[in-house]
Amino acid sequence: MSTPYAKLPGWVEYGLVPLINLAVAFIVAGLVVLLVGENPFEAAYHLINGAFGRGEYIGFTLYYATTFIFTGLAVAVAFHCGLFNIGGEGQAYVGGIGVALACLWLDQTMPWYVVFPIAIVGSAFFGALWAFLPGWLQAKRGSHIVITTIMFNFIASSLMVYLLTRVLKPLGSMAPQTRTFAEGGQLPKLDWLLSIFGLNIGTAPFNISFLLALVAAFAVWVLIWRTKLGYEMRTMGHSPSAARYAGIRESRITVIAMMISGGLAGMMALNPIMGEQFRMQLDFVQGAGFVGIAVALMGRSHPGGIIPAAILFGVLYQGGAEIAFEMPSISRDMIVIIQGLVILFAGALENMFRPAITRVFAMRGQRAAAVVQTKGA
Amino acid sequence: MDFFHVLVVLLESTIRVSVPLVFAALAGLFTERAGVFDIGLEGKMLGAAFAAGAAAAVTQSVWIGLIAAILISVLLSLVHGYASITQRGNQIVSGVAINFIVAGSTVILGEAWFRQGGRTPALAEGARFQIVNFPGADAIREVPILGPIYADLLSGHFLLTYLAFAMVPISWWILYRTRFGLRLRAVGENPGAVDTAGISVIWLRYRAVICCGILCGFAGAYLSLAMTAGFVKGMTAGKGYIALAALIFAKWRPKNVMLACLLFGFLDALAIRLQGTPLPLVGQVPVQLMQALPYILTVILLAGFIGKAIPPKAGGVPYVKER
Repeated sequence: MSTPYAKLPGWVEYGLVPLINLAVAFIVAGLVVLLVGENPFEAAYHLINGAFGRGEYIGFTLYYATTFIFTGLAVAVAFHCGLFNIGGEGQAYVGGIGVALACLWLDQTMPWYVVFPIAIVGSAFFGALWAFLPGWLQAKRGSHIVITTIMFNFIASSLMVYLLTRVLKPLGSMAPQTRTFAEGGQLPKLDWLLSIFGLNIGTAPFNISFLLALVAAFAVWVLIWRTKLGYEMRTMGHSPSAARYAGIRESRITVIAMMISGGLAGMMALNPIMGEQFRMQLDFVQGAGFVGIAVALMGRSHPGGIIPAAILFGVLYQGGAEIAFEMPSISRDMIVIIQGLVILFAGALENMFRPAITRVFAMRGQRAAAVVQTKGA
Repeated sequence: MDFFHVLVVLLESTIRVSVPLVFAALAGLFTERAGVFDIGLEGKMLGAAFAAGAAAAVTQSVWIGLIAAILISVLLSLVHGYASITQRGNQIVSGVAINFIVAGSTVILGEAWFRQGGRTPALAEGARFQIVNFPGADAIREVPILGPIYADLLSGHFLLTYLAFAMVPISWWILYRTRFGLRLRAVGENPGAVDTAGISVIWLRYRAVICCGILCGFAGAYLSLAMTAGFVKGMTAGKGYIALAALIFAKWRPKNVMLACLLFGFLDALAIRLQGTPLPLVGQVPVQLMQALPYILTVILLAGFIGKAIPPKAGGVPYVKER
C-alpha cells in the first residue's frame, strides 16, 4: 500500500507534527482540569515549577526520565521490527530479579563498580528471558505478540508476588521485599553532574544509571541504523515479505529483536532498585513499562526523540507530584490521563492533522512556485 | 453432602464472577469479528462502571445508572472506532490509550465530584440491582440435590446475570443467522469482497464497535450496580484482559466464549476458595499460580498446543478503499 499522504519536509515530519499532536493532548488534559474545577494555567505553572524549580526537583525529573529512556528504547526497538512489545512492564519487573540476585550475592563483599556490571547483565538477561518466550511463540507458533506479552505481564506479576512473599523475603520479615542492600548494592548519585550547573541535588535519587541510559540510547542508534542486524530488523518492520525475499531469517530476527527489547526493559530495574530503594519491592515498576509506549510513540522510535520524550514524562511525573501537593483535587492520576492522551494523539490519531498540514505546505509550495514563475516572466 | 454443598457454593460464585467476563468477551467478539481489534475492553468496562456508579448515586435510579454506563462505553467505543476505522490508526495503540485515559479520569473525576478517595458513594437499595428469586426457591431449598441447584444456582442472581447468559445465544443468532451478522463476519475476513458487494465497510465496522460499547456498558454496570454497591477505583482489575483471553481461548465463537468465561471464573472462584488449604496429591498450591492460570492457559492455547486459535483474517488491518 502506498502512503496516502504526501511527503513533508523533515522538520515538519519529526518536529511540527509531534508537537501539534502533543499540544492537542495537553489541551484536552487542560479541559479535564477545567472540568474538575481548577485552573489549567495554574496547574501548568506547578508542573513546570515542580519539575525544574530546584536542583532537587531536576534530580527527580531526570531520575524518572532515566527509567523511561530504558522502557522507551525497549518499545522502540521492537517497533522497528514491526513488533508491538506491550510487555515492557513485565520484562522490567522480572529484570528486577537479576538486579536483586546480583546485589544480594555481592553487596557485602564487593564495591558498587563490581556489582553494577553484574547487575546490568543480570537485569538484561532476565528481561530478555521474559521477552524470549513471546518472541519465540510469535516466530515459531504464530501467536500474536501483543496478546502474549499482555498475558506475560500478568504472569510476571503473579510470579513476582510469589517470589517476594515466599522466596526473596528475609526470614521473619512481613513486608514483601528483599533485605536492604549494603553499600555494594547502592549506586552513586550524579550530584557532581548537576553541581557543574550550580545545582544542589538534595535527596533526589538521580544516579549513575542515567549515564547507562544515555549509552544504551546511543547503542540502540548504532544497532538500528549502523549494523546489519538493525537493517534486517527495519526491513522486516517495513515489509515482512520483502525481508523474506531478501533471505532474512524472520523467526531469528523476531526472537533477537524481542530479546533486545526485553533486555532494555529489564535494565530499567537498575534505576529504582539500585538507585533509589536499595531493595526490591512489590510493584517497583509502577507502570513505567507502559509509559515506554508513549515515550516511543512521541519520540518516533528514534533515540534522539526518545530522550526528550522521556524527559518530558519525567517532568510529568515529578511535576505531577507537585500539582497533587498544591492542588489536592488533581491527584497523580492526572499523569495517567495525559499519558493516555499522548498515546492517543501521537499514536493512534497521528494522521489526524496531517491532511491539513500537508495542504498548508502544498499551498506554500504552489505560491513559491508562482513567485518563481512571475519573476521568470 | 458436604462436598456437594461446597461445589454449589463454588459454582454459584463462578457464575457471579464470570458475568462481566461474558459481557466483555461477547463485546470483543463483535468488534474482532468485524476486523477491529480491541484491547480497550478493560477501559470501556471501567468507564462504564464509573458512569453507572456516579449516575446512580446522583439520581438514585439504577436504570439511569445503566443508561449512563452504556452511553459512556459507546462513546469510548466510538473514539476507538474513529481512531481505527476513520483515521486508520493503529488499533492496539488506540486501545491502550483508552485504557489509560479511563484509568486516570475515573479517579480524578470521582475524587472531584464525590471526594471519597476515588469511590462513588455507596448505593442504597433502590439505586442498585436486586437479587431475583425464583418462585418457590425458599420452599424447595431443603430438597436434596435439586433443592440447592434450583435455589442457589439457578435462582438468586441479578437480572444482568440472566441477561449475560441470554446474550450468548442472542449473539450467536445475530452473528450467524442474520444478514447483519453475516456481513459483519465477512467484513472481518475479507472487507474488499463486502465493499465490492456495495456495502459500506466503514459503517458496518462502526456498528460492530457500537455493539461492543453496549455490551461493555452492561459489564461495567454489573460491576458497580450489582456485584458491589458503587464504584471503586480500578475495580475492573484486569477483567477486560481476562475477557480478551477468554475470547481468544474460545476461538471467537459465542458458545465457547461462555464456556471459557465460566472456566476462568471457576479458576478465580477456586483460587479464593483454596487460599491456604492444601490439596490432595499436590500439596499446597500457591494462590499466585491459580491467579496466573487463565493467562498461562491462553498463552499455551495461542501457541497452538491445544488446538489452534485463528483470528479473523482482516483483524487489526484498517480498510483502504482506493487502490
